[in-house]
Amino acid sequence: MNLAFLTKELDLKVASCEDHLTREVKGGYVGDLLSDVIAHSTQGDVWITRQSHKNIIAVSALREHAGIILSLGTEPGDDTLDKAQSEGIPVLITTLPSFEIAGKIYDLLAAR
Amino acid sequence: MTDYSYENTFTVEGGDFESAGKTSIEIKKVLKKLAITNETLRRAAIAVYEAELNIISYAKKGAIDLAVSDDKILISVADQGPGIEDIELAMQEGYSTATDQIREMGFGAGMGLHNIKSCADTLDISSEVNKGTHLSIVINRRGSGNDESGLSD
Amino acid sequence: MTLRDIVEILDAKVLVGEDHLHRSVKTAFSADLMSDVLAFAKSGSLIITGLTTLQVVRTASILDAIGLVIVRGKIPSKETLDLAGDLDIPIMSTRYILFETSGRLYANGIVGCVEKIGGMNCGK
Repeated sequence: MNLAFLTKELDLKVASCEDHLTREVKGGYVGDLLSDVIAHSTQGDVWITRQSHKNIIAVSALREHAGIILSLGTEPGDDTLDKAQSEGIPVLITTLPSFEIAGKIYDLLAAR
Repeated sequence: MTDYSYENTFTVEGGDFESAGKTSIEIKKVLKKLAITNETLRRAAIAVYEAELNIISYAKKGAIDLAVSDDKILISVADQGPGIEDIELAMQEGYSTATDQIREMGFGAGMGLHNIKSCADTLDISSEVNKGTHLSIVINRRGSGNDESGLSD
Repeated sequence: MTLRDIVEILDAKVLVGEDHLHRSVKTAFSADLMSDVLAFAKSGSLIITGLTTLQVVRTASILDAIGLVIVRGKIPSKETLDLAGDLDIPIMSTRYILFETSGRLYANGIVGCVEKIGGMNCGK
């Protein structure tokens, strides 16, 4: 299951790195505290968060996430998008709250 | 001249993250006792909480003055602190001057003033850099009884 | 569904509020940012978070949350638990991460509900 599939299934808006959506999604992680995400998320996770400042890109790159999904329609700033582009980190946006988007992705992962 | 049946001032210490929310809970109890309910109560509680968090996060100290009349709740917040340089910018959803430390506590998402504005019927902000900030929040009391907002529980 | 059912689904440990487990739950909100909880969570929701500070309990109280689920096996301090007891906010701790906790509850029919001031939007 890759990001392109998720994007289509869950009607996500692609904010950066449209060409990296083939990245495989192995799991999910929900969190807004960066230290927590750094410590406990894993490679291949799609990271669901409300944090939109540019530090999220470094965290995602560090943990080798599949990508970032911003919930509740959060729009990343230009500096975040610039960093995402240069690091090759796909940033997607959903209007749904974290609980619900996590629920749907969990469902999809379980159905694989 | 509005007749306020209740008026009281609550002080908040800057930097006192341990106590963050204490004043808001106290004020919420007061409002409940004054028969403020549901939607109005929620708006007031959230506005006060965000105001309290702002004082704690950024100011040296501040005070929240609560006044309640038959038809409205007036929340006046005044702090001694850095002030806000660009109020319009600060009002933007997601704009934050929070430190990493503040973020790791679960605050600082830049929603504070935006949330207060959503809760208020009128909001006036005045600020002087290196002096402090003043908020004047008015929340109209809506209806009475259970179904003020039209939303069923 | 009641809080007791939630405890079972999440294989959770009840830390405080044993006598409130009969409470009915329909909606949940997952977040580490308390401002988000205030801005978006529906009153009476279950709040699911990885944060264990006093502020989490106070935020839950301001919002009249039905209860708190702390994830990743974290246990709040005694001070936090005592406060929760005083404010009638039941707290349970689950070993699952926030993603899986949300997933499991969602799969069992708990709905994500966003209530911005003056308007509501619920999933499913």
